Amino acid sequence: MTALEPISELKLEGITKRFPGVLACDDISLQVRRGEVLALVGENGAGKTTLMNIIMGLYQPDSGTISVNGEEVHFRAPGDAYARGIGMVHQHFMLVPNMTVAENLALGLKELHHFMNLDIKGAAKRIREVSERYELPVNPDAYIWQLSVGEQQRVELVKTLCLGARLLILDEPTSALTPQETDDLIERLQRMASELAIIFISHKLNEVKALSNRVSILRHGAVVFNGQTANHESSELAALMTGHDVVLPRNEGSGPQGEPLLSVRNLCVRGDRGNLVLDGFNLELRAGEILGMAGVSGNGQREFADALAGLRPVESGQMLFEDKDLANRTPREIIQAGMGYVPEDRQTEGIVPSFSVKDNLILKDFAEPRFSKMAFLRRKAIDSNAEMLKERFDIRCPSTSTATGSLSGGNIQKVILAREISREPKALVAVYPTRGIDMGAQEFIHEQLLARRREGIGILLISEELEEVMNLSDRIAVIYKGKILKVLPAVEATRERLGILMAGLADPDSPGDAPVAAQAGVAHE
Amino acid sequence: MSAGLMIYNVLCLAVPFSVALLLAALGENFNQRAGVFNLGCDGIMCMGAFLGFMVPFTLKATPWAAYGNFLGLGAAMAVGAAMGVVFALVTVTFRASQGIAGIGLQMLGWGLAGTLFRHFVGGVTGVEGMAAIAIPGLSKIPFLGGVLFNHNALTYTALLLVPACWFLLYKTPWGLKVRAVGTHPRAADTMGIHVDLIRYQALMLGGAMAGLAGAYLSLCQAKMFSDDLVAGRGFIAVALVYFGRWSPLGILGGALLFSIAQSFQLSMQVWGIKFPYEFAVMLPYVLVIVVLALARKARQLGPTDLGKPYNREMRF
Amino acid sequence: MNRNKILYSGAIILAVTLIAALLVALVLFAIGASPLATYKTILTGPLSDLFGVTEVLVRSVPLMLVALGIAISFRSGILNIGAEGQIQMGVIASTAMALAMPHAPKAILLPAALMAGALAGAVWGGIAGWLKAKLQVNEILSTVMLNYIAAQVYTFLLRGPMLDPSELETGSGTPQSMRLPELAFLDTLVPGTRIHMGLILALVAALLVWMLLWKTTLGYRMRTAGAGAKAARYAGIPVERYLIVAMLMAGGFAGLAGAVEVSGVHHRAIEGISSGYGFAGIVVALFGALHPGGIVPSAVFFGILLIGADMTQRSASVPANMVLVLQGVIILSIVSAQSFLRNPYAQERFFRWFGRFSPSARKAGKGVQS
Repeated sequence: MTALEPISELKLEGITKRFPGVLACDDISLQVRRGEVLALVGENGAGKTTLMNIIMGLYQPDSGTISVNGEEVHFRAPGDAYARGIGMVHQHFMLVPNMTVAENLALGLKELHHFMNLDIKGAAKRIREVSERYELPVNPDAYIWQLSVGEQQRVELVKTLCLGARLLILDEPTSALTPQETDDLIERLQRMASELAIIFISHKLNEVKALSNRVSILRHGAVVFNGQTANHESSELAALMTGHDVVLPRNEGSGPQGEPLLSVRNLCVRGDRGNLVLDGFNLELRAGEILGMAGVSGNGQREFADALAGLRPVESGQMLFEDKDLANRTPREIIQAGMGYVPEDRQTEGIVPSFSVKDNLILKDFAEPRFSKMAFLRRKAIDSNAEMLKERFDIRCPSTSTATGSLSGGNIQKVILAREISREPKALVAVYPTRGIDMGAQEFIHEQLLARRREGIGILLISEELEEVMNLSDRIAVIYKGKILKVLPAVEATRERLGILMAGLADPDSPGDAPVAAQAGVAHE
Repeated sequence: MSAGLMIYNVLCLAVPFSVALLLAALGENFNQRAGVFNLGCDGIMCMGAFLGFMVPFTLKATPWAAYGNFLGLGAAMAVGAAMGVVFALVTVTFRASQGIAGIGLQMLGWGLAGTLFRHFVGGVTGVEGMAAIAIPGLSKIPFLGGVLFNHNALTYTALLLVPACWFLLYKTPWGLKVRAVGTHPRAADTMGIHVDLIRYQALMLGGAMAGLAGAYLSLCQAKMFSDDLVAGRGFIAVALVYFGRWSPLGILGGALLFSIAQSFQLSMQVWGIKFPYEFAVMLPYVLVIVVLALARKARQLGPTDLGKPYNREMRF
Repeated sequence: MNRNKILYSGAIILAVTLIAALLVALVLFAIGASPLATYKTILTGPLSDLFGVTEVLVRSVPLMLVALGIAISFRSGILNIGAEGQIQMGVIASTAMALAMPHAPKAILLPAALMAGALAGAVWGGIAGWLKAKLQVNEILSTVMLNYIAAQVYTFLLRGPMLDPSELETGSGTPQSMRLPELAFLDTLVPGTRIHMGLILALVAALLVWMLLWKTTLGYRMRTAGAGAKAARYAGIPVERYLIVAMLMAGGFAGLAGAVEVSGVHHRAIEGISSGYGFAGIVVALFGALHPGGIVPSAVFFGILLIGADMTQRSASVPANMVLVLQGVIILSIVSAQSFLRNPYAQERFFRWFGRFSPSARKAGKGVQS
């Protein structure tokens, strides 16, 4: 049943939660009231999502209490949270793809469940009501897989409101949106804030400043700061987020631009659904540069990276790497041609989680004379290689025989990086390399990338973080609907300009015209 | 023999031969829609076959003889549901690998049925089975009458279950939950649906239907029990679900196709064509492989989360 | 593997065995047999004299070979349930080969027969591997179907083309092939018993499999394909190719097991020669943790169980099908336990419980903070 009383206060006291090897939440206390927007801020891995999942009943806290309107509550399952009026829009949408919007809502609306009859029409009606009231246009009969990411997010919002949420939790709501869609969303939320209580999770400080009244900062699972948003600068908040004045390494832009290393011409690649995901894609990567690829995820980055790794067939076009066409070659041939790859999903694509660190470090080279002799593995060489790389890349693990899957995200990424870099590739493709990784490891990885650049390796950096792309790249290519819309030198790139390009709109003809305020906020977000 | 008569004969055989496959596959469909594939279906059918035979056999000389068939079917369904619960315990609660667990359950069912049979009965004995009920009026229709309307009650039930299962899956709240749980269990969980419970329920239903299918084999089709009675039909049923694209209508088509293959030997005899016995027996199994090989992935419409255990505490 | 992991695994396997024994005891109770008497017969009966011990070893040979093949396939990411059919194909091929050259010298005849058996099994297994690699056909379903198909092929050949002509003459019609030439026999190790050179062969095979999987680049590729197929692809390992290789090997070992049974024990192809070794082999492999070091003792243990089951059929009138029940229960228990083995929460809780006994456990339990 949905709660009709508004939530005047949600309070968390002393919440603690452990996962194997990690203290996700450390004695956290928070509160939010009706009419307030509380921003929960922290780096990736600080414990924000875990905390929200505890509120929603998806995880059980090891200790601590949650109270709603002064009354203590125990949520054993997500249904309990909804019954009490708390709803959440997850970062990865909780929508069943092969069902319609109405069916998705009907799953949660128990009052539509009569024994042998499912009241879909009732669900559709409810959706239309809420949709009108909050000005969130949604079609109840559309199948989820037909909708764009932005539309799906609207469906999630409507769904949560239909289920009677009086307190809304939003987890990284803008991660998959263009800057314009983000502004749109922020505006809507501001309108809804008067009736509801809202908690939103983000690590993008400009959004925090725009939307929230109060902000709480988490670091390593503990609350390190509570305050009124208006009273603090972004830079101050950033420093509190990381615990020190962080200056992420920046590309100083010096060094000669080398020879063209990789020339992609008119590439056409089909996606999983049979449509052309890359359509006339052109790109050029030079030695000794970092080329950043900016774009909202879902515009073909994934498919391009797969094609470049040899894991996706190319329908037409060329990928010339030092005069050799890599299109439709086997992954082995591409690796041997000198291409390194740091994949998107490190746990399943980058490492074998049950293998030891030393075995993962030779994942691509085990057949090389260095590590094998006549089909037999040279254990001593493998061991010493692992020790050497552990030192050089500061991989924190009990020993090189530890199962790699038990390491933290940052260390797993270091293992992958160590392996790729020690192979001395000519070019390196890094896909979302710092996603979900703590600041310290991020810093290390960025330094490594910049160091490789100085050595003359060409790096293609595909990332969702505009700040990362703008900090590290020499040039930035914007990808939109399977084509490179424009390539501009990093010095000419501003958040606004990139945002417009990422949305597929025409580039304003005058570069360098960006307002000063926006530029100032760029570095530390 | 005219072509028409040949086809008529084949179809007359095909419908009753398809019942066991149809029942088991319709049940397995619920399992798979909920995200679990139960290869132990064959073992459940063995136990169902044993009970479908054993109960009427033991009750033959008693005052309850008249209810023997009915009680046998009921026992088969009950034990089938229980085995479904066991499978759910292993694969849902303990999150074990579904493939191997299924093989384990199959061995268990097969061995247990054989053990109990040898212990309590031994030897070759028969039961009366179920009489065919000709539906008045309809069974007189030329061609269709013989094919569709001259069978026993369980066959009619099985055919009626096709639209019933379709309705259950697509038009009821429970069916909606089952489909959600098999495609995106975490989404279902966040909406307050008890993922594990739904899977238990689906496995119970699937198990009951597999038990019923087995009982049909011993009680209605062969009218006896032996170790080799089920002969892998449970596995064929699992493949059928995939072949029928997780839709009751598709499953019906597949069941008829396979029953024609199974009754090939008999059809050959009826037609007077000589065909090596073993190769005719082999046919359904070869057909399964052919069918699986030709089936292209149409997963978008089906349970995309099939085979993966759900763990709420897993970080996502 | 560190000590704690072995301890933990050992504890789980022990628990599994006890639970399985308990559940089977229930069934025994239900059919009116005394569980204690049955277990006593099963565990001690076979070992009561030298002949019994050698019989146990005779049974363990095919179990070992089949299980080794299954371990290779499971570790490479493909589940071979088709050992039963692969054994039968191996029997056919090795019998045919041996009967085809009855006058060849032993040094050629015996290896040829064994290799023919291994090859036939490999081909039969390779079909399923190819189907999975190229057409994504579920290998459990395809191997099970291939079992049923192989059984029909076997019966057909044994009652027809390969039937011993003397059977036709005497009119007894027992479906079996001609007796193999003596040169095709595997030598007996202990006179007066049935134990044969196949045992040596199996033990050598175990050693070779261990070396293959953990010491060679091929083994590394196969284990990677099985443990992390996606990462393997990204690393340039053609996973599909190794699925086929794994099934060829697994089928080959099963086919070899069949050939060994013919050359070493029965000396002709008979009905029921595979007698469930294909399925028992799966259980042996799982029970031996998919490692040759575990499979060898596990195969001997199951040899005891199989002989013991035969004995109980005669003495305590417990039908031999009980073995299948036992195997099924063991499989279900092992896979249930595996989730505990892999579950880091359970492992942590276990070590917190027993933490006082092993100080290093505390370190292992805490994991890594970074």
